[in-house]
Amino acid sequence: MIGFSVNGKSVDLDVDPSTPLLWVIREQLGLTGTKYGCGMAQCGACTVHIEGDAVRSCVAPVSRATGKAVTTIEGLAPNLSHPLQRAWIEEDVPQCGYCQSGQLMSAAVLLREKPRPTDEDIDQAMTGNICRCGTYPRIRRAIHRAAEMVAKDGAK
Amino acid sequence: MSTRRKRAATEPTGMERREFIKMSVTASGGLLLGFYVPGAAKLASSGPSANVFVPNAFVRIGTDERVTVIVNHSEMGQGVYTSLPMLLAEELDADWTKVSFESAPVDPKYNHPAFGMQMTGGSSSVWSGLEQFRQAGAAARAMLLAAAAQQWNVDATVCRTESGTVFNGSTRKLTYGQLVGAAAKQTPPSQVQLKDPKTFKLIGKPIKRLDTPEKLNGSAVFGIDVKLPGMVTAVIARPPIFGATMKSFDDSRARSMPGVRKIVAVPAGVAVIADSFWQAKMAREALRVDWDEGSMRAFSTTQMMEEFRGRAKSPGKTVRNDGDAASALANAAKKIEAVYEVPYLSHLMMEPLNCTVDLRPDSCEVWTGSQFQTIDRANAAKVAGLPNEKVQLHTTLLGGGFGRRANPQSDFVVEAVHVAKAAGAPVKVIWTREDDMAGGWYRPAFLHAIEGGVDATGNPVSWSSRLVGQSIMAGTPFEGMMMKGKEYDPASVEGVDDLPYAIPNLRVESHRADINVPVQWLRSVGHSHTAFATECFIDELAGLAGKDPYQFRRELLSKQPRHLGVLDLAAQKARWDKPLPKGVGRGIAVHFAFGSYAANVAEVSVTDGKVRLHRIVCAIDCGQYVNPGIIAAQTEGGAIFGASAALFQELTFENGRLQQTNFHTFPVMRMNECPEIETHIVESTEKSGGVGEPGVPCAAPAIANAIFAVTGRRIRRLPIRLAETEAV
Repeated sequence: MIGFSVNGKSVDLDVDPSTPLLWVIREQLGLTGTKYGCGMAQCGACTVHIEGDAVRSCVAPVSRATGKAVTTIEGLAPNLSHPLQRAWIEEDVPQCGYCQSGQLMSAAVLLREKPRPTDEDIDQAMTGNICRCGTYPRIRRAIHRAAEMVAKDGAK
Repeated sequence: MSTRRKRAATEPTGMERREFIKMSVTASGGLLLGFYVPGAAKLASSGPSANVFVPNAFVRIGTDERVTVIVNHSEMGQGVYTSLPMLLAEELDADWTKVSFESAPVDPKYNHPAFGMQMTGGSSSVWSGLEQFRQAGAAARAMLLAAAAQQWNVDATVCRTESGTVFNGSTRKLTYGQLVGAAAKQTPPSQVQLKDPKTFKLIGKPIKRLDTPEKLNGSAVFGIDVKLPGMVTAVIARPPIFGATMKSFDDSRARSMPGVRKIVAVPAGVAVIADSFWQAKMAREALRVDWDEGSMRAFSTTQMMEEFRGRAKSPGKTVRNDGDAASALANAAKKIEAVYEVPYLSHLMMEPLNCTVDLRPDSCEVWTGSQFQTIDRANAAKVAGLPNEKVQLHTTLLGGGFGRRANPQSDFVVEAVHVAKAAGAPVKVIWTREDDMAGGWYRPAFLHAIEGGVDATGNPVSWSSRLVGQSIMAGTPFEGMMMKGKEYDPASVEGVDDLPYAIPNLRVESHRADINVPVQWLRSVGHSHTAFATECFIDELAGLAGKDPYQFRRELLSKQPRHLGVLDLAAQKARWDKPLPKGVGRGIAVHFAFGSYAANVAEVSVTDGKVRLHRIVCAIDCGQYVNPGIIAAQTEGGAIFGASAALFQELTFENGRLQQTNFHTFPVMRMNECPEIETHIVESTEKSGGVGEPGVPCAAPAIANAIFAVTGRRIRRLPIRLAETEAV
């Protein structure tokens, strides 16, 4: 049995500990917002947070989450109130949308660590997340916009 | 958050087209996580109801004021779930904040008006839906108006509509929701008057996409997210070489692995069916399959390109022949020849292929991100042994399409129905990234051998293009329609057969290569290579003439006002006449494709053989446009798609085996490599053209020409490998 929490709820699962966290999240917990794209930490579509760190869940064995707090896109802000989600709407970022869960989860860590990220910070934090539709220019604008929102609101 | 609009999980009773099966999964800790699955669809025309007005197949209006637009094209990022509802809502005078979308079931009434089947492709959704969706909205509006006039006992002509409400004078009003019952009793009009474009409130505005919110909190349902009660998951061990066949397999270890339900031969290979994806994948790794490698076992793309070069030395089928290119070349003051080569490319959608099938004795339901609903349903029915009408195909969101999910053989659907026959339970077949990349149906590799000459004043007098590559139409249901009376595949030569430049002697020839590598349309199809070859060669001719590449094009396009329009727009916005910082070069390209005109100016620098893309300025003329925000997104995304191919992408084969497996060997442009991109849209009242694909073709030649400007080296092969290019 492996126990951890997902989006604030605790789970205990009877699962092979070597199973990638991604498939446990998607298939056993039914949280399908986290996506499979490459299976080898190349594309970032599977990005989740473990204790606040961005983790590629496609290569992280579920055992790595033991006793820890996992946050998936469903836990970011289901009502779309997170500044990044608001900025993503303002900039009309997604096209097909498949990579956007991972983009948001990576950007959330960036914004927490660097509330006013530079373009270089964005390059560094977001280069692991591929978007085949080519939404990068809008993602960049949206991250800057979210940072402005946070600065203006004084809080998330 | 007023921009937030969600597809509702619950719809008015009796009229649900998208029933939701609510499921709870019990993890051993007792946590319940509910999730929703789009379920059995009913046609929008399944009958009237007291609380829903269904004026036609494309719209439904509820007493709750909700306007649901039924969209017959697939949403793969190009924005049809917004732009098509905009068309309908415009004529309906709907309250846009009440508008939502739904994907259409498979039915002839949702056929593409130009192509006669239900499908999404060819950058055609908006132009083909323009009349259809506007008419549907106008017809619904007329019925609501008539219903209100009847209630007030006034003539309909004295009433007006605005934002989901019918008004009579300034005091009397009825909302569309209040008119649902009465409108349903009206006879649909035989003719409707469409709005004067000057009065448009939605069309032409950068309206935000309706599908954004659900893509930001994990609630959007792509094919890979579908889950059914009792569902199992399968992966397939497919042949390692195209044309290889399975001789035997040994599953002695695999079949006893955890979660494995069944391992079974299917026409596509050997299917491993398990409780979960990971279990299926692990068992597949333990499976041993003995393949008869077949005739492609020695196939090599290096050798293939060598053969293409040989074939380009002899005449091909004539595609176009203006004047006498050979004699004009012989008499030219200066001449040049160049060979351009492009590789096989993978569509590489972020969502790998997948398909879910629930096969019952007398019915079959399929969930997948399809671009080819009519064909996919018919092919599924054939395998299921059922009549078409017993097969329901649910179109989920597509995590990218780029043409791959429009497969003439429905490969990813057909194999899933075969697996479902063996599974004895609803089954989802998932392709790994590696499966997807090795699965074929690529953009074909092509070679263009071009020679041309200019006269003493630098005017081009001769151009001959000879193309070698595989046909994508041959062997498909479209062969007859597309190749009628032609000895060549129009999709191979599109973009060179209509070369717009005023060159009096022009010859285009095509060689068809028959190779057992499955090929297919990839975003911008033939234009993905013809624009590269022609727009680089026109730059080479400009160099021969000693002229500026932009001015050289202008002179040759003096009778092509729309080419000239985008060319000038891109050049002006990029400030073509202003010098760049040292070490930065500028390149330009212009191309017509899918009814639209596009031009790019690229700015690059090169350091230690590495290309750095600084900026791409895009101009597009797609005629009368619907949503400039979406057009800009498609155009910038198209440029990135084209630039990715130009800079990074190549599929190669050795000993019949694909050498690339995943994003590390077939890279896609990343955030740190992405240039600044700006898009400028030409104001136009011309017929609407496409938007999804026209943004792709110009990127590669604009970048290649910019590299020449900064390095003096001509780029004649994609992807660009500066170490290999010759100095010219």
